[in-house]
Amino acid sequence: MNNADQNKITRRLTGKLLLVVVGMFGFGFLLVPLYNVMCDVLGINGRFIDIQSGQVDVAEQERLGAQASLQVDESREVRVQFLTQLNQNLNWEFRALDNAVTVHPGQVMEVRFYAKNLTGREVVGQAVPSIVPAKAFKYFTKMECFCFSHQVLKPGEEVEMPLRFVVRPDLPEDIRTISLAYTFFDTENRDGGKQVRAEEPAAVLAQHAR
Amino acid sequence: MSEHGPEKGIKRWLFTTNHKDIGTLYLWFSFIMLLVGGAMAMVIRAELMYPGMQVVNPNFFNMMTTMHGLIMVFGAIMPATVGMANWLIPMMIGAPDMAMPRMNNWSFWILPFAATMLVLPMFMGGDFLAGQGPAFGWTFYEPLSGQYDNLAFFIFAVHLLGISSIMGSINIIATILNLRAPGMTLMKMPMFVWTWLITAFLLIAVMPVLAGAVTMMLTDKYFGTSFFDAAGGGDPVLFQHVFWFFGHPEVYIMILPAFGIVSQIIPTFARKKLFGYSSMVYATAAIAFLSFIVWAHHMYTVGMPVAGELYFMYATVMIAVPTAVKVFNWTATMWRGAMTFETPMLWAVAFVFLFTIGGFTGLMLGVAPSDFQYHDTYFVVAHFHYVLVTGALFALIGGVYYWLPKWTGNMYDEKLGKLHFWLSVISVNVLFFPQHFVGLAGMQRRVPDYAVQFADWNFWSSIGGFVFGLSQLLFMYIVIKTIKGGEKASDKVWDNPEGLEWTVPSPAPYHTFETAPEIK
Repeated sequence: MNNADQNKITRRLTGKLLLVVVGMFGFGFLLVPLYNVMCDVLGINGRFIDIQSGQVDVAEQERLGAQASLQVDESREVRVQFLTQLNQNLNWEFRALDNAVTVHPGQVMEVRFYAKNLTGREVVGQAVPSIVPAKAFKYFTKMECFCFSHQVLKPGEEVEMPLRFVVRPDLPEDIRTISLAYTFFDTENRDGGKQVRAEEPAAVLAQHAR
Repeated sequence: MSEHGPEKGIKRWLFTTNHKDIGTLYLWFSFIMLLVGGAMAMVIRAELMYPGMQVVNPNFFNMMTTMHGLIMVFGAIMPATVGMANWLIPMMIGAPDMAMPRMNNWSFWILPFAATMLVLPMFMGGDFLAGQGPAFGWTFYEPLSGQYDNLAFFIFAVHLLGISSIMGSINIIATILNLRAPGMTLMKMPMFVWTWLITAFLLIAVMPVLAGAVTMMLTDKYFGTSFFDAAGGGDPVLFQHVFWFFGHPEVYIMILPAFGIVSQIIPTFARKKLFGYSSMVYATAAIAFLSFIVWAHHMYTVGMPVAGELYFMYATVMIAVPTAVKVFNWTATMWRGAMTFETPMLWAVAFVFLFTIGGFTGLMLGVAPSDFQYHDTYFVVAHFHYVLVTGALFALIGGVYYWLPKWTGNMYDEKLGKLHFWLSVISVNVLFFPQHFVGLAGMQRRVPDYAVQFADWNFWSSIGGFVFGLSQLLFMYIVIKTIKGGEKASDKVWDNPEGLEWTVPSPAPYHTFETAPEIK
């Protein structure tokens, strides 16, 4: 084999390998939609709620809840505990007024959450729920929830927000405790508050106040 | 052409396209990085020697753990294996040089700039001791890493390191596939060449994914996208998936060339052919394939569905099968061999023994329910240091002793080499073995302080660390001494070693195999 042939073969192989490189770079980005599809299918990570629009089919939730509450299983008790947290982009106070409740499957229960806007501007917040164990997700039906819509709070305004839910009677036997965590996000501050971390918080707050 | 020697002075190294020169550059670069990363490890061990805070502040400590990891992975182990590949692959397959010698030069010379860009933020912002550099762990998980002010330095350093690795890999694949001497069929190639061929394919498959991950971080941070930012509809857990899709094959990228080196050393000193050559090749390929489908075992605790945990657990534990094939083959090669224990063999035997310990702890970590207990503890730290230090690094050091006489034409000092080995192998176990115990007892990794009940083991761990660190200065002394002179090595160097590299004179001439050798 002479040198020219050698170079040609090497060039062709290099071209193919470069295609692999470009393809795998693309594959890295393809993982993003793949991941979202997986989360939607499995109903994990609370990703079914879009923070920007906050749309949920409330009527459907109501129907599912009514169906679940037809038959109360008095023989079982399930402990439901509530956790609250704030995304770093949101300066609110947010807590559950009932930390935990014990319910029978099928029993409709209402609990309340408290939120207060600590900023000097009107903030449109959106709560995103997450349920542990993930297996309990499809047995936990919310009939009314502050997470079904945006919560608009004026500067300094405080609200009590209801959550009405039912745990479906066909909940697997091994689940005795369900943890429901809510994270509140600022719908307008999409960059996760990265800018707020700068040296001059006052200036940034003024900019947000517009 | 063949009478052409190297250029004189610095130009030789800047403009060289010679695979041996470039191999040397890679090896020195990685050794310097080993010392830099090692110095950082010394700071870590000094801080952890006693409970409480005494040497550095927490942020500086975090910066040390982060930079130690990044430098050792991307600066020390990976370039060292590429340096070995440059020196050895053309000689092993009877080729005059790498397939693309000029790109080879470029692959190397990107590295010093990438490394500079990586460490530069440590010195920016005035106060070095405040810890200005990356301090978010070598896995740079979002959202923490997204908070870091000088993130762009880190991201572009990773891009450059990736480009260097990809170019190096393409070169190695092209060399192996196109430049083998006539008669050197794929199944006649030395194991080191095989392991590097597979490693190179792993590299071109996953380095672009890493590049994609840091590019997403870049646009998240500076261009308003929200790949990993929950507030914008992204997800930090997604980052972990993308990172570990790169990260798991990456650990095999570091260990497979080490497997190859050990597979060269053991047959020479056991005076037997490598046992189960073809099963070695298939086992290596199987490990490489499995490495792509097990990544989420690094993140069992993020809240995956049980089905996901089970799948990743079974797939992970399956890797034990081809790995055991390799360990049994090395053992079988030594079985009833006429073994002698020159320095390279000592390192190789220590590799087989200690790497297997790291493999076993890997199995424990791969079992999802028990991983919840070990996750982010010193047990994990002990595990990956057994596979990377007593695994990859030991094999590389053994390889340097094994081929150094061929490279320099001089024998190293056997007495000092053995001293270096025994100092290292004892101290490294004093250093890392107690970390299993404190980890099982619940000591968290990446924390500058710990509960007092861990004090005794940490003290011994630090002592072992200091001795191990200092022992590597002895290694530097031995290597320089060998380069400068010493007993002349014969062309074969060892007692009947196998491979084309032993058919050329010692030291290996600047140009070898300009006409291809005959392969029987």
